[in-house]
Amino acid sequence: MKTFVAQGLKPVDSLMKPGANSEWTLKEKLLLGLSPGDYMKQLVRNPFNWIFAIIYAIGVPVLLGRFYYGLGWATHGSYDYPWGLFLGWGLFCMVPLSASGFMLGTTVELFGRKDFKPIERLGLLNGLLGYLFAVMFLQVDLGQPWRLIYPMFVSLGPAAVLFLVAWHVATYLSVQVAELVPAASEMMGWKAPKKFVKSIVLGLTVAGVILSTLHQGALGALFTYAPGKVHPLWYNYSFQWFHFFCSSIFAGLSMLIVVSTLSKWFLKWRCDANFTKNLDRITLGLSKGASLALITYLIIKLTAIAHDNEWGLLFTGWGQWYIFEICFGVLLPLFLYTVAIRNQSARIARFAALIAVLGILLNRLNTALITFNWQLYQEIPHWREVVITITIYATYILVYRACLCRLPILFTWKGDAK
Amino acid sequence: MKKINRRSFLKGGLAGGVAAAAAVGAAKNADAAGDFGGYPDSMGVLVDLTKCIGCRTCEAACNKEQSLPMPDKPFNDMSVHEEHRHGGLPRRTTEKAYTVVNKYEVEGREHPLFRKVQCNHCQEPACLTSCFVNAYTKTPEGAVIYDPKVCVGCRTCMIACPFYIPAYSFSSVINPVVKKCIMCYDTRLKFGRPPACVESCPQQVMTFGKRKDLVELAHRTIESRPEKYADHVYGENEVGGTSWMYLTSVDAPFEEIGFDVHIGKQPIINYVKEFLAIVPMVLTIWPALFTGFHLLATRKDAQKNEESAS
Ligand code: SF4
Ligand code: SF4
Ligand code: SF4
Repeated sequence: MKTFVAQGLKPVDSLMKPGANSEWTLKEKLLLGLSPGDYMKQLVRNPFNWIFAIIYAIGVPVLLGRFYYGLGWATHGSYDYPWGLFLGWGLFCMVPLSASGFMLGTTVELFGRKDFKPIERLGLLNGLLGYLFAVMFLQVDLGQPWRLIYPMFVSLGPAAVLFLVAWHVATYLSVQVAELVPAASEMMGWKAPKKFVKSIVLGLTVAGVILSTLHQGALGALFTYAPGKVHPLWYNYSFQWFHFFCSSIFAGLSMLIVVSTLSKWFLKWRCDANFTKNLDRITLGLSKGASLALITYLIIKLTAIAHDNEWGLLFTGWGQWYIFEICFGVLLPLFLYTVAIRNQSARIARFAALIAVLGILLNRLNTALITFNWQLYQEIPHWREVVITITIYATYILVYRACLCRLPILFTWKGDAK
Repeated sequence: MKKINRRSFLKGGLAGGVAAAAAVGAAKNADAAGDFGGYPDSMGVLVDLTKCIGCRTCEAACNKEQSLPMPDKPFNDMSVHEEHRHGGLPRRTTEKAYTVVNKYEVEGREHPLFRKVQCNHCQEPACLTSCFVNAYTKTPEGAVIYDPKVCVGCRTCMIACPFYIPAYSFSSVINPVVKKCIMCYDTRLKFGRPPACVESCPQQVMTFGKRKDLVELAHRTIESRPEKYADHVYGENEVGGTSWMYLTSVDAPFEEIGFDVHIGKQPIINYVKEFLAIVPMVLTIWPALFTGFHLLATRKDAQKNEESAS
């Protein structure tokens, strides 16, 4: 695509063809204004697509195998580790990293911080796709995915934390779809939906905050069911939900910084000036938010240890692993963010964001898999499980890229529908 | 009676029809579940581990009663006692075996001790409270049974069970479900008969009866032979009490024969309550709070606009 833009092509960013008096057709919009032949050419030319092709060549058969031969074939089928990578990665890591949707919605729509507007839609999209693929991961992991709606309509267990997660993720997904309707309507040239969503945006955003607080917290609360299985340093029945909620704040913001950086690097042709010019300033703004959340998180993490008086545990092997997680995943990004804000350096902030994201991954995997069953044994996921996880994650990236290229997320749509 | 609560609540929740109502209900319901001390006349089993000789007759009886597939090694093959699964741990319950008997060599004891493992049929089962499709039921007779027709296969119950009991039929593609001991509910308990494993035991290790009588019997047994029995009825209070309870020998304390003695007396749901309690708070306070923030934030904007206009 870069090459075509360099050759003077202007990617679709308005309803009307520039110069001509006709509208872009849907097909042209989907092909980014290229002819089918040119579109294929740029697909083949992009080295990333080759990587995806290799992942799919290996991953798709394994993924199909999971549904043909069953879970016992794709995973270790362990009774002691009923949750493996699919949930450990797909649910517990993807969901906090997608908290950006409600964070940005709140900042822009509720707190009236219009200065974050250029990145609001990216935040929303990051949220929507993250949740969508968390559900995909869940579908791969559930023994009977076709019964997904049972907790909603067939047989309800409202006292269970997972019940709350199921309902909230489902409702929140629809909220996020609604929040992104304006972007889609601009591209399609619809008017009514955009207007309608605008009129209820406040309600949507408040709903988003409530649902997010609760289900981000609920993911943590799921582990309160297993007091003897999660290592005490990662377990605290009063604070668990708050740890998960609070860390999702900086997780979402940091992920947004990472994604915006990637877009800036790899999808430069798609970003308009409004986005590129404001990005450094916004990155620093997001960093401030993230560092505040990091400090809060650090304090409540330490409070939890003091509360249960677990200082002694810090000197065990697990304790050192815990200290590493806190130093690498909380203190280091906090330090880097502070330096970045002090020096007004968006570059350092971007690096801090990357570390913060890795830190969250470490924390969630620690809670869900690594320190889980610490008194029994450690389990290394089956290779097929790893392959399937990578394949689904690759799909996530592909869909993400496809949305960014077409929907007015990184650029402003020129001219509204009449 | 609490079950009726749950049902009638559900109707209310459904009438409200929204996730919010259901979530508030979740907290209420959990509170109700928390004080549920079990059915007064429920049945139970007292297992006297000092008598068990590890003959595996009960395993065979269970296999037959529950129509489970034949294992690779026949039930009279005692080499399974030396088998270890991952992590050097002894055998556990699986989708093909709802009960297993394990051998423990305890230091300072001449003979090994055997321990039978199966679902303990908790008074306030963690599996039941964690299931989001309400697949589990604690029957008035004391059994914890489940409905495989609604199980979605999320396996939260396996995470929640503090005794690592529920197994999952991973091998099935079309219909994988949770699998565990149901205290022979459909075939025996319902009709007041003791479970197959209990009846089959040649050593009469297990006594079937009303749980409250068994608690008494257990304490009487300990009192009558304090030099033989450890002074602890495992399951009387653990995680809120279980229908299956155990006695062990003084020289083989529970922690040395694979029992988790740090499990606590609280039912598992109590650990989750703190979260469930904040749910209604967030639902009621957040909307007001954030709308307030919004008004505050935008008022400044409005003021600014006015100022710049004037
Ligand atoms: S032992 Fe486990 S499976 Fe059995 S009732 Fe208790 S929590 Fe449920
Ligand atoms: S695996 Fe089945 S029985 Fe267990 S909690 Fe999930 S739905 Fe309920
Ligand atoms: S009670 Fe019945 S199902 Fe449970 S272990 Fe004994 S025989 Fe098997």
